[in-house]
Amino acid sequence: MATREVISTGNDLAAMAAVDAGCRFFGGYPITPSSEVMHTISDLLPQVGGVCIQMEDEIAGIAATIGAGMAGVRTMTGTSGPGVSLKAENLGLAQMAEVPLVLVNVMRGGPSTGLPTRVSQGDIRQSRNPSHGDYRSITLCAGSLAECYTETVRAFNLADRFMQPVFVLLDETIGHMHGKAMLPTQEEVKAGIVPRKSFDGPAEEYFPYECEADQPAVLNPMFQGYRYHFTGLHHDKKGFPTEEIDTCRKLIQRLEDKVMNHRDEIELNEEFMLDDMNGEEGEVLIIAYGSVSLAAKEAIRHLRADGIKAGLFRPITLWPSPAESIKKYTDMIKNVLCVELNIRQYTEEVERVSSRLDIEGLYKVNGRPISPYEIVNKVKEVF
Amino acid sequence: MAFNYDKYLRLEKMPTLWCWGCGDGVILKAFVRAIAKLGINQDDVCVVSGIGCSGRFSSYVDFNTVHTTHGRTVAFATGVQLMNPDKHVICVAGDGDALAIGGNHTIHGARRNINMTLIIINNFIYGLTNSQTSPTTPQGMWTVSQKSGNIDPTFDACKLGIAAGATFVARETMLDPKKLEKIFVKALEHRGFSYLDIISNCHVNLGRKNQMQSAMENLEWIDRITLPLKKWEELPEEEKMNVFPTGVLHHVTDAREYSDMYYEDVIGFHQGKRSKITQDDFAKKI
Repeated sequence: MATREVISTGNDLAAMAAVDAGCRFFGGYPITPSSEVMHTISDLLPQVGGVCIQMEDEIAGIAATIGAGMAGVRTMTGTSGPGVSLKAENLGLAQMAEVPLVLVNVMRGGPSTGLPTRVSQGDIRQSRNPSHGDYRSITLCAGSLAECYTETVRAFNLADRFMQPVFVLLDETIGHMHGKAMLPTQEEVKAGIVPRKSFDGPAEEYFPYECEADQPAVLNPMFQGYRYHFTGLHHDKKGFPTEEIDTCRKLIQRLEDKVMNHRDEIELNEEFMLDDMNGEEGEVLIIAYGSVSLAAKEAIRHLRADGIKAGLFRPITLWPSPAESIKKYTDMIKNVLCVELNIRQYTEEVERVSSRLDIEGLYKVNGRPISPYEIVNKVKEVF
Repeated sequence: MAFNYDKYLRLEKMPTLWCWGCGDGVILKAFVRAIAKLGINQDDVCVVSGIGCSGRFSSYVDFNTVHTTHGRTVAFATGVQLMNPDKHVICVAGDGDALAIGGNHTIHGARRNINMTLIIINNFIYGLTNSQTSPTTPQGMWTVSQKSGNIDPTFDACKLGIAAGATFVARETMLDPKKLEKIFVKALEHRGFSYLDIISNCHVNLGRKNQMQSAMENLEWIDRITLPLKKWEELPEEEKMNVFPTGVLHHVTDAREYSDMYYEDVIGFHQGKRSKITQDDFAKKI
């Protein structure tokens, strides 16, 4: 893989990635700590003929983004937790009507206005089901500056593959972190773009929502001779509202299955210093994601220097969760510690997929990052 | 030759869910006649609607159509329009849709003067959800959420549009389909934000406890409360507040449209084709 060295921040890298991945519309609203995504993309998009608009509120930001997505272009919006709360209803519409978009959420302390300028990972549960009803979110979480770029690129391809919103979670620490990132070249990103599918047969044979039981809708761009209907209501194969029993059941089941039957295309993890684990007494498995994983890696180096065999499992795709991969390690390793900047939000998922209730946790919810030493001390204390 | 409505309608979706005698169908017919009169290709039209009786408008017309969430019509349409500045984007919203839950988007769409036509189908009540007070419900009328009589002050939709900056603001009623067609033609021809307050009837939900149980009684009431602008201006001052003027109420022809400014000036600047935008680019200097 050809690489290039870029010195930047997490928020700026997400904006750069979007434009390189073919994004041509951004509808946003100012919110700390994600505003820099909009600041940067408002310069980058017009350079390539795209549009960035600061809308009148968070709701309008995502509505315009979905509108542009319905029209057929790659679109993004950026916000933080309170903004996601406001965008929730329209995220549901995008799930139901199968409109792809990327939402970058730079997490800050919550609930409510919380700690606007400080770090948190409090939106893990929110990103799983921000809106009402049955659907499956796809949520990616960047654990390094480079991943602010590469995961945003991956999010665009997943959004078009599965025809639905994809979340990219950064947190305040990684969004505002400034440093060197080794990135794929723009040519490489461009070559890797897989655009959404389209139908090119006669218009009278086009049924956007008539697809295999676990595949997404095929939505042609507007204004190209394929006139159909978008709605948040239960709808038939042409997109028109219906209450027909079987059609409703199949639609919602398809929204579930199009994601859950293809988790292998979405899952991505990092396994750090786990190769030499074999289930011996005293081994420690740390599960962490996002900026916390940087502290966890540092902690593992210290623990190993002290003779404790520790390793990190880091889910990069948080939702749908990498259930089998987590279970593989939690079955093998007795001492498991989840480290999160929230209270048990992902730990509960680890408990669910591992069928274990003895998972230890280190949680922090005061807006401050977790240091490597806190993790080292916690491991020595509980195991 | 009789007008061929079939070409523009999704006949398989008929009959509509609108009640017998509802004015929304009259408005729909006048709208497609205006599209035909202007010779606009159906593929070049996008109709975006919200939630409520008016929300179903989009599913009955054979264009690119979007049925969005409650009140967000103009915001969705903004994304469609900015990516397709040469197409015709039409928003259809009810009075609750455009003036209550979606008031913010109505204001800011008008302020930006983005090229779209907002048709507010104003029947003075929440119809689909059965008779709750809307921002335009006259004070003193019965609603299911204010059974003792509505005390909430009544909203003049057009005054909001003018104040917010819409460059074409007009009001018509469903009583005269020919006038409606003409106003739709003018609105579609205008490049900028066209803001239309189209008064319709709801004898079922507005009329049922307000002595207008039949469509005719409701239509007669609409006739009583509206007057063409010229005649309205001749009314004594104290009577003006009881009557809505109809026709073109506000028309600015020299204001620049939002997507034109974005593509020419913002993109122009970032692609090195012009200097930075300053106050000198605008008539208003503060």
